[in-house]
Amino acid sequence: MKQHLSRRGFMLRGVLGGATVAVGVPILDAFLNDSGTAYAATLGGGHLPVRFGTWFWGCGMIPERWVPQKAGRGYDLPPQLQPIKAVQDQVSVLSGFDVMLDGKANLPHISGNTAVRTGEASETWQGIKSPTFDVLISDAVGGGSFFRSLDLSLDGNPQTSYSFRNGASMNASIPSPVELYQKLFGADFHDPNKADFQPDPKFMVRRSVLSAVSDQRRTLLASVGAADRARLDQYFTSVREMEDKLALQLQKPPPAEACIRPEAPVPIRGDITDLGVRKANHKLMTQLLGMALACNQTRTFNMNFDTAAAELRRAGDTTGYHQSTHEELIDRSVGYQPTVDKFAVGSMEAWADFVATLASIKEGDGTLLDNMFVVAHSEVSFAKNHDVTGIPVMLAGRAGGKVKTGLHVTGAGEPISRIGLTAQQIMGVPIDSWGSGAMRSNRAVSEILV
Amino acid sequence: MSRLGPLLVLGAAACVAALSVGFSSATFGGTDTNVAVPSVRRLTEAQYRSSIDDLFGSDVEVVGRFEPDMRVDGLAAVGASAVSITPGGLEQYHAIARHIAEQVFDPAHRDKLVGCAPGPDDADGANCAASFIGRVGSKLFRRPLGLAQIRAATVQTLASAKQLGSFDAGLGAMLTGMLTSPGFLFRVDTPAQSGPSGAIDAYSKATRLSFLLWNAPPDEKLTTAAGSGALDTPAGLQAQVDRMVASPRFAGGVRAFFTDFLQLGDIDNLSKDALIYPAFSTSVAEATREQTLRTITDLLVEHKGDYRDLFTTHRFAMTRALGPIYDVPVTRPGWSIYEFPAGDPREGLLTQASLLALHSHPGRTSPTLRGKAIRETLLCEKIPSPPANVNFAVVQDVNNPTLKTTRQRLEAHLDDEECASCHKATDGLGLGLEKFDGAGQFRRTEHDMPIDVTGKFDKAPFDGAGNLGRLFHDSPKVSQCLVKTAWRYANGRNIEPSDQAQIDRLNQSFPANGYRFIDLMRTIALDPAFYALQRVSRSAPERTARAATERGTHS
Repeated sequence: MKQHLSRRGFMLRGVLGGATVAVGVPILDAFLNDSGTAYAATLGGGHLPVRFGTWFWGCGMIPERWVPQKAGRGYDLPPQLQPIKAVQDQVSVLSGFDVMLDGKANLPHISGNTAVRTGEASETWQGIKSPTFDVLISDAVGGGSFFRSLDLSLDGNPQTSYSFRNGASMNASIPSPVELYQKLFGADFHDPNKADFQPDPKFMVRRSVLSAVSDQRRTLLASVGAADRARLDQYFTSVREMEDKLALQLQKPPPAEACIRPEAPVPIRGDITDLGVRKANHKLMTQLLGMALACNQTRTFNMNFDTAAAELRRAGDTTGYHQSTHEELIDRSVGYQPTVDKFAVGSMEAWADFVATLASIKEGDGTLLDNMFVVAHSEVSFAKNHDVTGIPVMLAGRAGGKVKTGLHVTGAGEPISRIGLTAQQIMGVPIDSWGSGAMRSNRAVSEILV
Repeated sequence: MSRLGPLLVLGAAACVAALSVGFSSATFGGTDTNVAVPSVRRLTEAQYRSSIDDLFGSDVEVVGRFEPDMRVDGLAAVGASAVSITPGGLEQYHAIARHIAEQVFDPAHRDKLVGCAPGPDDADGANCAASFIGRVGSKLFRRPLGLAQIRAATVQTLASAKQLGSFDAGLGAMLTGMLTSPGFLFRVDTPAQSGPSGAIDAYSKATRLSFLLWNAPPDEKLTTAAGSGALDTPAGLQAQVDRMVASPRFAGGVRAFFTDFLQLGDIDNLSKDALIYPAFSTSVAEATREQTLRTITDLLVEHKGDYRDLFTTHRFAMTRALGPIYDVPVTRPGWSIYEFPAGDPREGLLTQASLLALHSHPGRTSPTLRGKAIRETLLCEKIPSPPANVNFAVVQDVNNPTLKTTRQRLEAHLDDEECASCHKATDGLGLGLEKFDGAGQFRRTEHDMPIDVTGKFDKAPFDGAGNLGRLFHDSPKVSQCLVKTAWRYANGRNIEPSDQAQIDRLNQSFPANGYRFIDLMRTIALDPAFYALQRVSRSAPERTARAATERGTHS
């Protein structure tokens, strides 16, 4: 029984828009080890896979209290970055990378985010022209694991997602740790470290029924107009991915030394918009995500700590984080908005917790985080003004040795699309430039590359 | 192809026809320059649920999270023509389908829902499988299956049964496959083989009609009318429309329309601060939605009422859970109509807690969100994007810490020309509703200051929500917006210039029929244009680029 893992996801490459496909260009060599297996690494195939993810938080930061003064290694930690102190050597801070609006309106909390994620500012998510960079990466590396990507939100809302294939196709989030656990470690989970393995015929049957569904593709696509053809083709791509996933269920998973099936999580009680409750929920979700990665359930993920235009609050306050960014008076005795500052610090505490949790999982000679590359970002810099210049970005993980950590890199007003480009190149997407208009760039953030 | 051994390959190959039932093999030009194409709509969650409910009964539960609906210019019915199914979404559909199949074959339901089993006369269960597949398949795919298709699916089922060592498991896997297939999850029109060109066939007509009037798949009578050709005659169509509008199920269709129109689905994700609004809870939120839908069907369906009266009605559906929010005693269990006295601040849809709470923040009101929702939803206006050079830094004068009321805070926006471009449009109407707090409860003051609820709508002054509702009642903008929205809902797409003649006709017939909502739906359902293939002249990216801003609205 030959494993069938051709990836129809690539058929959708036609919608790439801003990206230049440059297969075989030497730039890729930088990311390949001698035998080329790092790029081709498959589950347990002798190399530990490199996983990619994003971590999103809303409403940015207060620049004077977040941006380090010193560039390079050993950067200073201004007050809002103090929470990352314990993990500073694992985190790079990228400041001063801008969104160029190219004469378009700055749609509050949307323009900045669409620009970071797609390389071109858009006034609506439905209007984006090309996939978000996490989708481009999961197209390249997401095959061969049970989930193409895990999209996670912590506000209980599946629509809190900034992962889009196109404006009409959002990857909805799993909105609770309990649901995530069921999906990952429920009845269909095979412990990769268990000695015995019996393929379950139910997976074979499911797969053969789905392949019959797949076989309708040609007939159905021929019966509809061009726009609907693309939609139905996407549906059939999803069917094919599920067939591939069922094929994996029929094989003994390769051992994964760091994988331990976790206990089912106990749901966190309380107001999910409260910062403290949110952080506790995030911790739980991060622990499950760590095991999902260690158990090779997925290679890409998007963790949304909160929404753009953050809806976080403190229970009992009439005014939440987002409203505070616009309405809170600057306390003249300290020179900033104190409530806004607390929420920004709280977001950084959650990020530090995220990094520390993944770094605590041992894998190979190092940690799970060493075999990851995570891009954390917000949708604005100074939220009060909806400022899209200098949107804060942080990176974590060594990408299996391809990336240096613990640096502060200053963008000096260069397009923030350089970061999305760099992430794609690190993860093996064969492109040499990315973004549109003034946001187009062919320059990786080379400071972080080994 | 040879993935699973020869037996299943045979089954899989043969099954194609069974699962692809319902799709025309007619091809169309690839460039889409003004061609007639079928519409392709993904079933909404409510439509999926009603399909399962009709087929298996309400005690078969549909449990799981659906791929979220997407609104295009406010309507999920239009978004249904733009969305696909993502890999994560398909996994959800598959899990939901497996759970349905488990229930259908469990001891509590099997006898009733399957009704046969392998036995002495049917050793391998082929006859039983064929009858189940034929019956269930025609319901799910909304048209009868051919014999060859049933036979092919039966072969696949028996192969699965053998592999799993259980007839029920094999048939359950087939049911799961049918529930995951595009013929069920998408409504794809089949062009008519005869009759006027550009029309859809009778089963596609039945499907459009049924989802419009009932938000559910066609029932037996409608399917029969499609099969006999009756639905293709004006008299036959009229008879079906009259029957369906008179049916108790019509209220379900009206509820579905207003749920989409007023975006009441968002109440699922509504949360309020428990310390600030102790009277509000998830069950209260649910009840506010139910109240609005019951108020609407009471007026528009049971009383065959005038849509405009929705903005002035004193008759509110009421239940115990809402007593504290409305500060009224509710002694009767269940739902009943509560009539507010003349002069009471509760008057019309604008004063219902559902909309007031939905368009507020968790801990306070938002005239901006309320005003934006009213403008975009009830008036079909589009709030303009901020100008490219807008400088958000001016929103607040940090040297002026004296803005006590919401009105004062928002007027800071209006002093600035750039902010005012949006906020003038939104805030004015929203400020008229400020006597209702973020949970929809009546209040007279904010921070001990009296609340000013005066404003202007289309140059006419108003003082408070009741006044504003009366202006809405008399505004042609309000009734014309309903016409536009109902048309877009019915057709699953936005209005093109070539559709304007239809809209104009509806704008004449609606007032002529006393603004009765029932008659509006009837007129749409009887119009031959409702059953036409779609003329397409634009490409998909253009279509989605027109979509409205659905996220990230500030203030």
